[in-house]
Amino acid sequence: MTGTEAWLARLRGRALPVRHNARTIAALAGNPGCARRAVLDAAGADKHRLAAYTGFPAPFGLSRFAITRGNAFEAQVKASGAAELLRILREHLSLPIPEASYDDLSEVGGNASPELRHARTRGLLARAVTHPAEAGTMFDHPLLTLRVGGRAAYLEPDLIAFQLGGQFRVIEVKSFPVVDGRADGDKVAAAAIQSAVYVLALRDALAEQGIPPEAVSHETILICPENFSNRPVAASLDVRKQLTVLRRQLSRLARIEDLLAQLPPGLTFDLDPDDAGVPRRRPAELAEALRQVEARYAPECLNTCEMCLFCRDEARGGTAALGREVRDDLGGVEHVATALRLARGTSVPERGSELAEAADLLRTAARLRADALGEAV
Amino acid sequence: MSTLTALARALAAERGAAQRCCAVRHVHVSERPLVFIPLALAGEAGAPLAAMIGDRPQDARLLTVPEPRDRDQRFAFAAEFADIVLEHIGRYLTREETVNAREPRVRFADAPQLLLPNPAGVTFTRLLGRSTRFRRIEGPYAVPENVPLLGRWLTFFAERAEVPPSSLTLPMTQALAMHWATGQSALEDLNLGALLGWIDPPPGLTGAQAAARAEDPVRCPPAGPATDPTFDNEVLEPRLLAVRTARATGGGRAGQRAKDALADALASQLAPIWTLMWRAVELLRALPPGAHVSSRWHADKDAFTWHAGQIRDGGPPQPRRDSAVSAARRLAGLEKTQAEYAAQRAFDDPLVMAEYRMTGEAFAGTVTAAEPDRVDVTGRRKVLRPRVTVETGDAVLAAPGVVLTSPTRPSQQARVVSVAPAGDRTAVLLELRGGMGRALTPEPGSVPEPGEAVCYATFGNGFQRLPDFPAPEDTPWTHGGPPQPYVPSDDDARETWS
Repeated sequence: MTGTEAWLARLRGRALPVRHNARTIAALAGNPGCARRAVLDAAGADKHRLAAYTGFPAPFGLSRFAITRGNAFEAQVKASGAAELLRILREHLSLPIPEASYDDLSEVGGNASPELRHARTRGLLARAVTHPAEAGTMFDHPLLTLRVGGRAAYLEPDLIAFQLGGQFRVIEVKSFPVVDGRADGDKVAAAAIQSAVYVLALRDALAEQGIPPEAVSHETILICPENFSNRPVAASLDVRKQLTVLRRQLSRLARIEDLLAQLPPGLTFDLDPDDAGVPRRRPAELAEALRQVEARYAPECLNTCEMCLFCRDEARGGTAALGREVRDDLGGVEHVATALRLARGTSVPERGSELAEAADLLRTAARLRADALGEAV
Repeated sequence: MSTLTALARALAAERGAAQRCCAVRHVHVSERPLVFIPLALAGEAGAPLAAMIGDRPQDARLLTVPEPRDRDQRFAFAAEFADIVLEHIGRYLTREETVNAREPRVRFADAPQLLLPNPAGVTFTRLLGRSTRFRRIEGPYAVPENVPLLGRWLTFFAERAEVPPSSLTLPMTQALAMHWATGQSALEDLNLGALLGWIDPPPGLTGAQAAARAEDPVRCPPAGPATDPTFDNEVLEPRLLAVRTARATGGGRAGQRAKDALADALASQLAPIWTLMWRAVELLRALPPGAHVSSRWHADKDAFTWHAGQIRDGGPPQPRRDSAVSAARRLAGLEKTQAEYAAQRAFDDPLVMAEYRMTGEAFAGTVTAAEPDRVDVTGRRKVLRPRVTVETGDAVLAAPGVVLTSPTRPSQQARVVSVAPAGDRTAVLLELRGGMGRALTPEPGSVPEPGEAVCYATFGNGFQRLPDFPAPEDTPWTHGGPPQPYVPSDDDARETWS
C-alpha cells in the first residue's frame, strides 16, 4: 500500500469503502473546487452515514417504488441475453447487427475482487477491438477505472459496453420516460454526463493497451421506456461536449496527494465502532474533523452531494449559499454582511482595491432600491 | 437575476425575512382559482397516486388511486378528476362579453385559472393531459366520455404555462418567487413550504427558522408530484400492499379499511400543501395589481375562448408535436410576448424599472427646464415639439437620436437631443412628440413640468406585430414541406398507460 492509499484508508477508518460511480464523478466534476468532496470520495468514505451522524442527513433518498421500477425495466431490457436490447438497437438506430453475444462481467468465476474483474474487463475489451468478429459483443457491468485527482478510482459498472465492427459504444439503461420523442432535459443531461464518464473510462482502459480513443464512439446509446409504457426505446446521444467539460474539470481537480498534505496528521472520519458496530465517536468531534477539509458549497450540491446540509449550515452568511449567480451579482463579495456594509456605504474600500468596483455596484443598487421603495436599505 | 434582486436576497438573509422584489403584483389572481395538487407514484411516468383539488379553501376534494399500477383505476381517477375540472371550466362557458376592437368580437367574460404548487406540477399536468387526450370513448379500450376532454383541457393549461405573461396556469413557487426575494437560493425556493416560510412565517418564528422547519418532510411534506421517499418506503408501501392483499382475499370490510387507511396517509401529505396554497393565494391577492395585469388577463380570456371554440367545433386534440409552421409561430409569439411582458412589468413597477436603471436602459430624475410651447417650423408644416431637460443621478447610456418612453406618458415619444454632465449628475435634453393633443399648444399635464420626477426607458410597452408565417400547406421544403394533417389514430387511443 502506498503512502497515499494508507492515508486514505486511515481517513475512512473501519467503515467499508464506497466506490465511485459515474454519478459521483459527474458531481465531483461539477464542483471541482470542493476539497471535502474530493477527499471523502477518494477515501471511499460513506458520506451518507457521516452526514447523518453529524445531524445533517442528506435531504434525498430513493423511493422503493422508483428502485423497483428501475430494476424491472433494466431486467426486461437485458432478459434472454439482451434480446430486447438487440431488437431496439436494430430498429431504432438501424445498426446492422446480425447477432451479438452477451457477457455479464459482474464476477469472474465466482470471484468478485475488483482487481481481478478489472483485469478481465480490460483483456476482453482489448480482444474485442483487435479481433472484431462479424457478430457484435456486449459486455454488461465491465469494471472500469478512471483517474480522479491523480489516482485510479473504480467505477460502479452501470453500463453495457457494446462492440460492433471494432468500435465500442456505451449503452445506459434509464427508467425515465421518453414521451413523443422528448424526455426531461435535466435527466437527459445527467445521463449524458454519466455516459461521458464511461466513455472516458473505456478509452482509458483501451489506451493502456495502445488502442486509440476512436475505438470508443462519442455517440452513446440511451435506453428508456417509451411514452407511458414499459416498451424500451433507444436514442443516441452525442457526448462530445460533455467529454470536453469532463476532461477539463477532472484536470482541474487538485491531486489527492496535495490535498492530503494540507490535512492535520492523524485526521480520521472513523466512527469508532464498538464490537457490535455501534459508533462511539462524539458527533461534534466528527463534525470538527470534517471541517478540517475545506468545502466549496453551492446550492447545486443539494441535489448531488450527501454532505450538502452539513456544508450549507457551515456556509450560512456567505453569498455563495444564495447561489453562484447571486454571488456574482453582488460583485463577487464573499459575505452577506460585507456586501450590505458596502451597499449602505458604512464600509468604504480603498480606491482601486478589489472591492471598490463591487462597492460602486452595490451602492448604486441600494440607492435605486431605496428610491423605488421610498425607504432606506 | 440582477444586482437588485441579489441585494434583496442579501437583505432577506440578514433580516431573516423575505424582501419584496416587486412593488406591485404582476399576475392575475382569480376570484375562484382551481387549486390542483397532484401526487405521482415514484418511478412511473405520469402515474397518478392522489390529488387534492378544489376551487374554494373549504372544498378540498381528495382523489386517490388505491392501486396506481392498475390501468382501470387510473382511468377511474381520470374520470373523477375530469368531472371536477370540467364542472369548474363549465362555469366560465356561460357569460360572454363583446370586445370593441377594430373588428368587434365576443369572448367569455372570465376564464378559469389553474394553480399548481410548482413547475413539476405543470409537467405532471402536461403528462396527464398527454396520456388522456387521445383516448376513445367507444370501441376497444374505451374510456369514460369526459377523459379525453380532460386531456385536451389539461394540455391547454400546460401549454399556457409556457407563455410568460399568461396567468391561466400558475406554478405557485414561481408566482411567489417573482414577487419576493428570500434569504435562500433559487433552488431552495422550489420548496413551497420553505418559500412561504420566508415570506409569511408563523408567529414567533423568523423566516429562516420557518423555512428550516418546512424542509423537514415529516413536518411539511413535499408539495408533489414527487412524494417523500421515506414516506414511500415506510408508510405508502405497506398501505398499498394492504389494499392489494385485501383485494386478493375478497375485499369486503377489510378492503374498505385498507383503502381508508391509504386515503388517510395520502391526505396527510396533501392537506398541509392545500393550506399553503390558499395562504399563498391570499398573499398574492393582498398585493396591489400592476396596471397591465388586466390587459394580460384579457389575452388569457381570448386564449380560453379560442380553445373552448376548438372543442365545441369538434376540432382534433392537440397533436403530439407541433408542425413546422405552428412551432415557428409559437416561438415568435413567445419571444414577442416575453419582450412585451418585461417592458410592461417595468412600466408598472418602479422596483422592476430600477433594474433597467441599474443597467443604463432607463433613467429617472427631475425635470429642471421645459419649453412646453416649442414649435418646430423647419418642416413643411409647423409641429409641436416641446423640449425638457431632465437631470439624473443614474448612468445614461442612451445616445442622441435614441427614442425613449416614459411609464407615465407611454404614448409620447422622447428623442434624446443631447446628454451632458451637470455637476455630478447628468442632464439629458429630450424632444417630445405625440400624446399632447392636436393643437400647437400641449394639453395640460401632457408635458412634464419643472420639478416633476420622471423616468425614461429605451423600450416602450408597445405592441409589436408578429411576422407573417406561411399557411401550413405552404410549409417550405427546408422545414419538411407541408405536414400530413394530424388524424388521431387507433394506436394513439389504445396506447398503454402502465
